[in-house]
Amino acid sequence: MSIQRKKFLSDNMIWLVLIALVIIMSIANRNFATVSNLTTLLTGEAIKGIMAFGVAFAILTKGIDLSLGAVAALVGAVSGALVQPTDFAMRTLSSGVRLPAPAAILIGLLLGAAIGGCIGAIIAYTEIPAFIATLGAQLICRAAAKMFSNRPVSKLSDDYRFLGSGRVLGIPMIVIVFIIIAVISWFILVHTRFGKSLYAIGANSQAARVAGINVNANLIKVYVWCSLMAALGGVLLAGRSGSSDPSTSGLNYELDAIAAATVGGTSHTGGVCSVTGVIAGILILGVINNGLVLMGVDDNMTNILKGIIIIGSVVLDMRKNIKKV
Amino acid sequence: MSEKYILEMQGIVKEFPGVKALNGVQLKVRPGTVHTLMGENGAGKSTLMKCLIGMYAANAGTITYKGRAVKYKSTEEALNDGISMIHQELSPVLERSVSENVWLGREPKKGIFIDYKKMRQDCLELFGKMGVDLNPDEKMKNLTVAKMQMVEIVKAISYNSSIVIMDEPTSALTDSEVEDLFRIIAELKAKDVAVIYISHKMDEIFRISDDISIFRDGTYISTDQACNLTQDEVIKRMVGREITEMFPKQECGIGEVILKVDKLSSGKAVKEVSFELHKGEILGFAGLVGAGRTETMETIFGMRPKTGGAVYINGKEVNIKSPQDAAANKIALLTEDRRGNGILGILSVKFNTVVANLKTYGFPVDSKKMAADTQEYIDRLSIKTPSMDAQIQDLSGGNQQKVLLGRWLLTDPDILIVDEPTRGIDVGAKAEIHRIISDLAKAGKAIIVVSSELPEVMGVSDRVVIMHEGRVTGVLDRCNLSQELIMKYATKEEVESKSMVREGE
Ligand SMILES: Nc1ncnc2c1ncn2[C@@H]1O[C@H](COP(=O)(O)OP(=O)(O)OP(=O)(O)O)[C@@H](O)[C@H]1O
Ligand SMILES: [Mg+2]
Repeated sequence: MSIQRKKFLSDNMIWLVLIALVIIMSIANRNFATVSNLTTLLTGEAIKGIMAFGVAFAILTKGIDLSLGAVAALVGAVSGALVQPTDFAMRTLSSGVRLPAPAAILIGLLLGAAIGGCIGAIIAYTEIPAFIATLGAQLICRAAAKMFSNRPVSKLSDDYRFLGSGRVLGIPMIVIVFIIIAVISWFILVHTRFGKSLYAIGANSQAARVAGINVNANLIKVYVWCSLMAALGGVLLAGRSGSSDPSTSGLNYELDAIAAATVGGTSHTGGVCSVTGVIAGILILGVINNGLVLMGVDDNMTNILKGIIIIGSVVLDMRKNIKKV
Repeated sequence: MSEKYILEMQGIVKEFPGVKALNGVQLKVRPGTVHTLMGENGAGKSTLMKCLIGMYAANAGTITYKGRAVKYKSTEEALNDGISMIHQELSPVLERSVSENVWLGREPKKGIFIDYKKMRQDCLELFGKMGVDLNPDEKMKNLTVAKMQMVEIVKAISYNSSIVIMDEPTSALTDSEVEDLFRIIAELKAKDVAVIYISHKMDEIFRISDDISIFRDGTYISTDQACNLTQDEVIKRMVGREITEMFPKQECGIGEVILKVDKLSSGKAVKEVSFELHKGEILGFAGLVGAGRTETMETIFGMRPKTGGAVYINGKEVNIKSPQDAAANKIALLTEDRRGNGILGILSVKFNTVVANLKTYGFPVDSKKMAADTQEYIDRLSIKTPSMDAQIQDLSGGNQQKVLLGRWLLTDPDILIVDEPTRGIDVGAKAEIHRIISDLAKAGKAIIVVSSELPEVMGVSDRVVIMHEGRVTGVLDRCNLSQELIMKYATKEEVESKSMVREGE
């Protein structure tokens, strides 16, 4: 009986923590549990959340992606430049047409996928650690974004901005996109052969290979997915603010995304990841961010608390998911 | 049994979520004896030992060691107190050398630096004393499972413990190394060391045991001196009913050639190996450790690069470069290295069963069918698991092996290669696996059985290929099989000397 209870607690720990945090925040500040504040919270976390779903796939296979923020910046700048007014003096591309938003977004996503394909191929075939490959990619993509435009890409068209700042039935589009991505991630992980293969690769890549899984091809797909999420994040970031600054856009977003996936129970030793967990991780960090700001807590204190939560969650997770000797 | 005991365990209880692995178990070990633990897969033998050395905390029970009550919190504590264990599942540090593995965690130091020279020398000395032929500088990952096992054995003994626990030490060894081990055990006994020995191999148990304790489903059944027991009696107590140890060979029609291997080479491990495999045939592979049997199978299966020769399936040349290609050609390989490239430890029994067969579940994957297939094999192979959602690493070693066999049977291969298929499997389940293999052959499948257990190879095979140092040295028909002849081909020198004798005649 007590064993059962322990198991229940450890399986649902993360949700209990989230509920506790929400209760504490609601008591501490009357403005926390209001529709408008919760909307702000979700809009604030959605982009990092989308990237968290990306990087969670990489972590699941014992990898990581440090290039998310930089890819977002590059894609935001490139696709943004395609939807600036043609008569705009500060236009990034001196000549050229103004594309309809869907075309610009599609080009941005394709660019992201291509970058992911390169990163994935390097990781799969050279077997260098993902940490190194994506760190390199981060530097390259950020620099490329700055070379593409040395000033913010601004005055983006309204239709382009719809995804980032529009609303449908009062719900921010950005939140709707987040939910759609969550559902797609869940579907991939739980209901497709690709998703199952990722668990196998993360648990024991040698054994996965022997079982007939094409490890390299799957790893490439993982990083394509990661960069695709980063690209989508870049489009949303640009759309949310109406301009995209290559030097600051998406800066450090990969760290928040990794933190959310990690707090959400995605194990860095591979083979463990659940979409509901990642959602909880995103919300926990979001509630802390938002709640402490409302309470007027100093930024540094907020970061200290977040740091403790991230480390604590990994300690707990290691206890639970040890690969036994 | 009047001497006092070096170790007494009483009323040990160990519960895991969903299973009571040990239910009030006792064990009394005399110094200077070999005390064997017997029981079916999942009876709780390994768990009992892990409770002793502090890997698991028992829920209840007392342990008395050398007259004092002990309760170790870690394996280090137990080691320092003179109890070492060779684990059923190897855990070598693959990227390090043999000597570094032996001295792991207690490296000799010179000042603050590791004294590699001394480490190497001490290692050579140990190997020399135990008659083990290994290079201390070799990287662990280049060793075969059998050699890794020898390293583990040397390591456990190097602690000069008063109790050495050996959990299925011979499951990966061939006869000659088993002899080495038995010699080592005899020396330990002479030094008044107690050896707690776990194995499923009846003949060796009766050779070396002084006492035998029997367990069933987490309960203690009995302890007797080996001389007062018979094999049949032990089996009866283990399973609670009588069974025959060997499944009788079924005669079945042998069809045309399905697999033809022609001068296959892979680096230094496999040299110009040629053989043919027919539909409905069970082809055994015998040889000593290092004979290249596993490597040959891995080359056929696309796990290691082919450096020469050709493989034909149904008369057509195939180029298999990866296990994926092998699967597309309907070949399955149950590998020898269960932990290294077999189980997906943290994933469920269900996942482990279906993983080689993922492509048959469609899009989106049919989870119901996965569960149904898993249940089918849990029943068919009587796999003992709390549920199909349990992590496979929590199953007993033998039950993990059964899950892996199920994984490959599920892919419905035309050519099934099994490398040490009954490693760590109890007597009852072994007969069952032999029956399954035999039934598959009867249904026209072609099967290769690599095994270090001669009785097993001889019992199930229609023909036996014998290898020595990467080459095929002989092929024997079932009617010509004898242990002596196989050993002669397996240690090639003797065959050569024999042919020289012939020439002399
Ligand atoms: N860490 C664990 N978590 C959950 N269950 C476990 C764990 N370790 C062992 N068990 C369960 O305890 C039972 C006894 O396992 P144990 O490994 O002791 O068997 P065994 O007698 O050594 O079998 P084998 O001959 O197959 O090695 C099994 O049912 C197993 O599933
Ligand atoms: Mg065991």
